Amino acid sequence: MAEVKNILLCGVGGQGTILASRILSTALLSAGYDVKMSEIHGMSQRGGSVVTQVRYGDKVYSPIIGKGSAHILVSFEAMEALRYLEGLAPGGHVVVNSHMMPTATTLSGQEEYPRDAIERVKAAAETKVLDATKIATELGNPKAMNVVLLGALVKLMGLEKLDWDAAIKECVKPAFVELNLKALEAGMAAVA
Amino acid sequence: MKQLMTGNEAVARGAWECGVHFASAYPGTPSTEILENIATYKEIYSEWAPNEKVALEAAIGASFAGGRALAAMKHVGLNVAADPLFTLGYTGVNGGLIVVSCDDPGLHSSQDEQDNRHYARAAKIGMIEPSNSQEAKDMVRIAMEISEEFDTPILFRMTTRVCHSKSVVELGEREERDIIPYVKKDKFNPVPAISRVLHTKVEERIRKLEEFSNKTELNYIEWGKDLKIGIVSASVAYQYAKEVFGDSVSYLKLGFTYPLPMAKIREFASQVEQLIVVEELDPFIEDAIKAAGIPCIGKEKIPIEGELNPDIVRKALLGVENETIEFDSSVVAKRPPVLCAGCPHRGFFHELVKLKDVIITSDIGCYGLAPKDIAICMGGGFSVAHGAQKVFNMAGTGKRCVGVMGDSTFFHSGMTSMLEAVYNNSNVLLVVLDNRITGMTGHQQNPGTGRTLSEEPANITDVAEIAKALGVKHVKTINPLKLDEVKEGIKWGLGFDTPAVLITRWPCALKKLTEEDRKEFGDYKAVNKVEEDKCIGCKMCIKTGCPALEYHSDTKKVTIDRNQCLGCDVCAQVCPKKAIVREGK
Repeated sequence: MAEVKNILLCGVGGQGTILASRILSTALLSAGYDVKMSEIHGMSQRGGSVVTQVRYGDKVYSPIIGKGSAHILVSFEAMEALRYLEGLAPGGHVVVNSHMMPTATTLSGQEEYPRDAIERVKAAAETKVLDATKIATELGNPKAMNVVLLGALVKLMGLEKLDWDAAIKECVKPAFVELNLKALEAGMAAVA
Repeated sequence: MKQLMTGNEAVARGAWECGVHFASAYPGTPSTEILENIATYKEIYSEWAPNEKVALEAAIGASFAGGRALAAMKHVGLNVAADPLFTLGYTGVNGGLIVVSCDDPGLHSSQDEQDNRHYARAAKIGMIEPSNSQEAKDMVRIAMEISEEFDTPILFRMTTRVCHSKSVVELGEREERDIIPYVKKDKFNPVPAISRVLHTKVEERIRKLEEFSNKTELNYIEWGKDLKIGIVSASVAYQYAKEVFGDSVSYLKLGFTYPLPMAKIREFASQVEQLIVVEELDPFIEDAIKAAGIPCIGKEKIPIEGELNPDIVRKALLGVENETIEFDSSVVAKRPPVLCAGCPHRGFFHELVKLKDVIITSDIGCYGLAPKDIAICMGGGFSVAHGAQKVFNMAGTGKRCVGVMGDSTFFHSGMTSMLEAVYNNSNVLLVVLDNRITGMTGHQQNPGTGRTLSEEPANITDVAEIAKALGVKHVKTINPLKLDEVKEGIKWGLGFDTPAVLITRWPCALKKLTEEDRKEFGDYKAVNKVEEDKCIGCKMCIKTGCPALEYHSDTKKVTIDRNQCLGCDVCAQVCPKKAIVREGK
């Protein structure tokens, strides 16, 4: 029986964590896994902190996990990796986008943004740092950053053989399929 | 065919497959996507209602006329719809009727975490609770069948994690249902003499439903490796229990949760050494079990507050916690949701908060992210202002109340709140923040937008005309992005002894503009920039709270994120050095 794998994707509302999770879940389902994915809508859309959880294996019960359970944490923003790090299982991997986004409280000066967030993550866990925003911009659209990070996850979880073509075609508009396929490849290459 | 679906998508699919004719709802997280998905099935008539009470009443009409009907709402929405719900409990149905209530344990996007299972018991109607998307789809059909067989509405209770988690669903096909011919019946007209008779039937129905609850496969036992521990659970809490205990213990999994299958529970309890109830929020199942004299463990160990997860269940029942890695999270800054860049509410609140002795009574919507003193419930912004103003006047405090409310909330239940202030005459300023859409829940149409749920053209109900018709003597509409207009408007509105209504009219920054919007507001989107040599780093612009603005402590200058900026010009108006200008100029 295949062990259930747990993936956490976190970031800031509007960064495309949900789309990346959908592409991932779609590909996992086609590969025959039982899959559960949990997301939160509502207030968190307005620039708040967001997290989605994807679990796959032979049989998955709970759609969510707690602390110390994720095999991989993919953070779309530097500091958010630190926020959700307690979800990572000991020995788990982190993929983090080096892009930093200030928050309402750091913009107004109530709090400092921890510029050393990535260093702190690296000190605590096996971490791959990607400038996914730059990679996506070079591919023609900074918004494809989410799929670049998905590519890194795919590589690190050994999921390269899944049918990503079909999954991306199912989840994004036809005009963006090629861009997203390139972004996925670039993400895989970035952690190769 | 297998597909990954959220619980909400699965309910919509289930409604389509079992031949539902009519569906109505008011949007509210986590329930909103049920109707948005039902709208994709053309065989079902679907609509946004102005509020949950109206949605349920419309569904009752559809059921009495012989159609299968569904009304969906978030947990607090059922409070609004409670009046028709309780009488519906007496009348029963003609075509099957289910009321979907989406509770929010953990308050991901709500003002309370009430447990709506109590409504089923209070209204004496049947209740069904799915624990994943497959069940959500299948149980809609079963709920309709039970509704018609037992002449009861069914409370179809979901939670955020059931609504918003995707899991695998095996799809079926639609079975058309004939509309049941309408026959005039006494029960549809529950005057006291009729209702006394109906009450007898309700009590009889509850007994029959309990018999059904004991027999139905919706409530099933899974025997584990040994009989030491037996867990009674329902909804997503069952999935958490399975995650923690796997098949090492036995389960009584409940899908039909009111009336509870007491005989089956008693039988299960007699077979196991220790009975444990794993349920989220209130001890709904546990109380019934204890009241029946069956010993069990429940809220002594499982938290009554907040959302559960496998960790919490594991720690509560086994006393063990997952190992975590060590790191210091104390430096992580908060990231609260904020008003978007270009949000039309920003300019209005920027001016309003400058006034001293003003109490802001707000309610539920994106504007709840702006400064406020008080907020209770949908539509409460105006009536709370009215009550508070009366007492502030009595006390001679000189305080003035400003009630704020969005357009959709105004149509939901704000119109009667406004009428309260007019009828009982208080010197309040009532502000309708009309952003031409229902914002917070993700852009649903409403009676003021000129579109229906299925994007068909609809009447555009005009807020100013309503205010005048309600008897407001002072009504003014302003552009909230023009700070002078806002300042002037607020001053004007606070200058009367009777209620004044100020309408701030500008589309939500994220709204997909309609033709009417373009005609009214023009093509206004642009990008601003900071002229670095002029910026003195005074942070006046930062105080507007716009997320597109960033102050750099190293350079002591502000920059604008051009991907976020919409050129609303609020920051440009507050800049004392006129350092913020249009890009390309």
